[in-house]
Amino acid sequence: MANASTSASSAASTPMKLKVKQFQPAQTPTNTYLTDEKGVWAWLTTVDHKKIGLMYLGSVAFFFALAGFLAIALRTELWTPAKTFIEADTYNQLFTLHGAMMVFFVLVPSIPAALGNFILPMQLGAKDVAFPRLNLASFYIYVFGAIFTFLSLANNGFDTGWTFYTPYSSDTNSAGIIWVTLGVFILGFSSILTGTNFITTIHKLRAPGISWERLPLNVWALYATSIIQVLATPVLAITILLLAMENILDIGIFDPALGGDPVLYQHFFWFYSHPAVYIMIVPGFGIISEVITTFSKKTIFGYWAIALSSLAIAFIGFLVWGHHMFTSGQSAVATTIFSFLTFLVGIPTGIKIFNWVATLYRGSISMKTPMLYVFIFIFLFSIGGFTGIMLGALSVDIHLHDTYYVVAHFHYVMMGGTLIALLAGLHYWWPKMTGKMYNEPLAKIAAGFIFIGFNVTFLPQFIMGAQGMPRRYYNYIDQFTPFHQTSTIGSYILALGFLIILYYLAHSLFKGKKAGPNPWNSRGLEWQSTSPPDFHNFSHTPVVIHGPYDYHQPMEEFQLGLAVEHGHGEEHLAADTTGSKAAEATIA
Amino acid sequence: MANHSATHPKHVHHHFVDSNQQFESAKLGMWVFLVNEILFFGGLFCAYIVFRAWYPELFTQAALELNTFWGAVNTVVLIGSSLTVAMAIRSAQNNQKRGLEINLLITILLACVFLVIKYFEYEHKLHLGIAPGTFWNPTPEIAAVLDHPKANIFFGIYYMMTGVHGLHVIVGIGLMIWLYMRARKGHFNSEYYTPVEITGLYWHLVDLIWIFLFPLLYLIE
Repeated sequence: MANASTSASSAASTPMKLKVKQFQPAQTPTNTYLTDEKGVWAWLTTVDHKKIGLMYLGSVAFFFALAGFLAIALRTELWTPAKTFIEADTYNQLFTLHGAMMVFFVLVPSIPAALGNFILPMQLGAKDVAFPRLNLASFYIYVFGAIFTFLSLANNGFDTGWTFYTPYSSDTNSAGIIWVTLGVFILGFSSILTGTNFITTIHKLRAPGISWERLPLNVWALYATSIIQVLATPVLAITILLLAMENILDIGIFDPALGGDPVLYQHFFWFYSHPAVYIMIVPGFGIISEVITTFSKKTIFGYWAIALSSLAIAFIGFLVWGHHMFTSGQSAVATTIFSFLTFLVGIPTGIKIFNWVATLYRGSISMKTPMLYVFIFIFLFSIGGFTGIMLGALSVDIHLHDTYYVVAHFHYVMMGGTLIALLAGLHYWWPKMTGKMYNEPLAKIAAGFIFIGFNVTFLPQFIMGAQGMPRRYYNYIDQFTPFHQTSTIGSYILALGFLIILYYLAHSLFKGKKAGPNPWNSRGLEWQSTSPPDFHNFSHTPVVIHGPYDYHQPMEEFQLGLAVEHGHGEEHLAADTTGSKAAEATIA
Repeated sequence: MANHSATHPKHVHHHFVDSNQQFESAKLGMWVFLVNEILFFGGLFCAYIVFRAWYPELFTQAALELNTFWGAVNTVVLIGSSLTVAMAIRSAQNNQKRGLEINLLITILLACVFLVIKYFEYEHKLHLGIAPGTFWNPTPEIAAVLDHPKANIFFGIYYMMTGVHGLHVIVGIGLMIWLYMRARKGHFNSEYYTPVEITGLYWHLVDLIWIFLFPLLYLIE
């Protein structure tokens, strides 16, 4: 904090008397953020980060269900080599819509805007994010962008694929393209506002005692994510704006017929969309780090390695976009450099995987549902990561480019990575968010369905991709029939898994057992408040004196920090507790 | 909110510890937003670089059609407005309500002058048929001088860059009017002038971008 030096000197001259007490969150809170303000209007106009997070979560779940339903329709259509029940043009629109919705409405906002919004201020001991009204605005901008996308469906729709490649997207005379690009343009602002808010919150709103080396790894991951959001999203905004102008006015920047350069569009697009892959996956890494320590009852292995590798991924992620364009006519020098840089991303990612596995070593592991998802994540994401390395190799990519191999690869990363991490986080923080427990055996069964269904769906796609099945095709030759049919059956198993989750989470909301403040015996700061938390997250301002993963002592002796009353000398404590020695002196 | 303590000044939102933390947060937030603005314009500058490298002779030829005199006047106008917005911040810091109001008004006025000059430049271009994209239809005299087959691309970039910049000027004017109205009500003083300060930051960036646009578009030899 900026005034730390002045208050330190004043604190030194006049010894402060602080009312401190030990953390002891109530078992059954009387006043929580859910009971604080009531009614639909209070929800819609709330600036509380927890409610906004839940509204995001609801919207993301809605779009996931919608886009997932489209995926089931697509898989069903692919049951036979020729037409099964959908026309070819409709098929093109459906896979485009599935991709665009999953990327822009589900994956990008899923972890940061939904879970991150809820958890980040709690992990920092803050009362809210730095700009609560901007936070609410970002939610409505998101809704607004979604409305534009639906309007595009009413205006002939769009069938360009989610990448909107020129010149097809600029020459198609469909109003749908203009509506959806405007929708994505608007959506970008939502992402930018969330990123700006998180960066400021992490820099300026940490509770007394939370220095940079005491930040939970989830916060580090969200920090890296926010940096990518702020630096990459504006480039997408200008690209989409130029594309819309190209479509409406033919300004000639991307259209080869007018002297423009369609490959320039690809460069612009992937300058955003490759870092956007890390916007989707890096927050997932944060969740994994949190869950794996809690359920191993062990300090994280390699705190700094995990924290800094998030930033390294964010940085290198900006330099690899060209690997999407190996077949687009880049120079040989450029492709070689991009290929090399792509391999580099594997290093920080590998560092994370090894540190997580080392955290498990000799830990006291309890196989609760969130931990089960962590294991699923490590398994599936490793496959996704390794196949990514193969796609980054030049000669291999020429063969695999635009085949089902690529489709399988990014589903292993995005669904096997991001969505599984989201499920891990959702199950982990569900008791904190709702104050209720869910049905544990049923949750494990659902996780099993998802794991099996996922692999049955996407493993065959690797094989048929390697054998030359192109992506986005409506028809295929007979030899691929068994692979496609296996994949379709897998997608039904997957859907069943999600339906079970929907059932037991809804059940838990109404009839779940009370969770208590800390059902997992976690040492994280967010668990030291009531479940659900009160409006200000903590009834007192927490003063943290230990790092985030303090599993050295048994739970009974664990003392995360102190609590002082809100608005009383927090600024003095900020100066006093930056070294834990000073804080311990305060306790004595 | 419920936990407002006696020491919590009115302008400080409930989730901040004190005025200073709120000021620091707002300022950092604005800086992050400015970085994001630079990348937004960065895309346009990148397109400019690509096409200038592809068609260098087009750029020298087309730049002659732009009016360097009025471009230069606009540059001076915007730099002047950056000075007055800085003076407005100074006035707020010194509790000079009248000085704050006057400086904000001059800034708004200068921003409007910029837009009026820009309007006449656009008007003149459109009159000659130098319009973006499908409306590209130069008069025979212009077509004789501007005979490059890809001439529309230069003006496509010109209209995008100056148009997006113009939108930023309009947003700036809106913000400044809002500040002026709050200043009249006496909302700002040496304790609290955060909105003035961060709007000033935004305005400096708008000015700075024009300082890059002017030589890149008008002064090509």
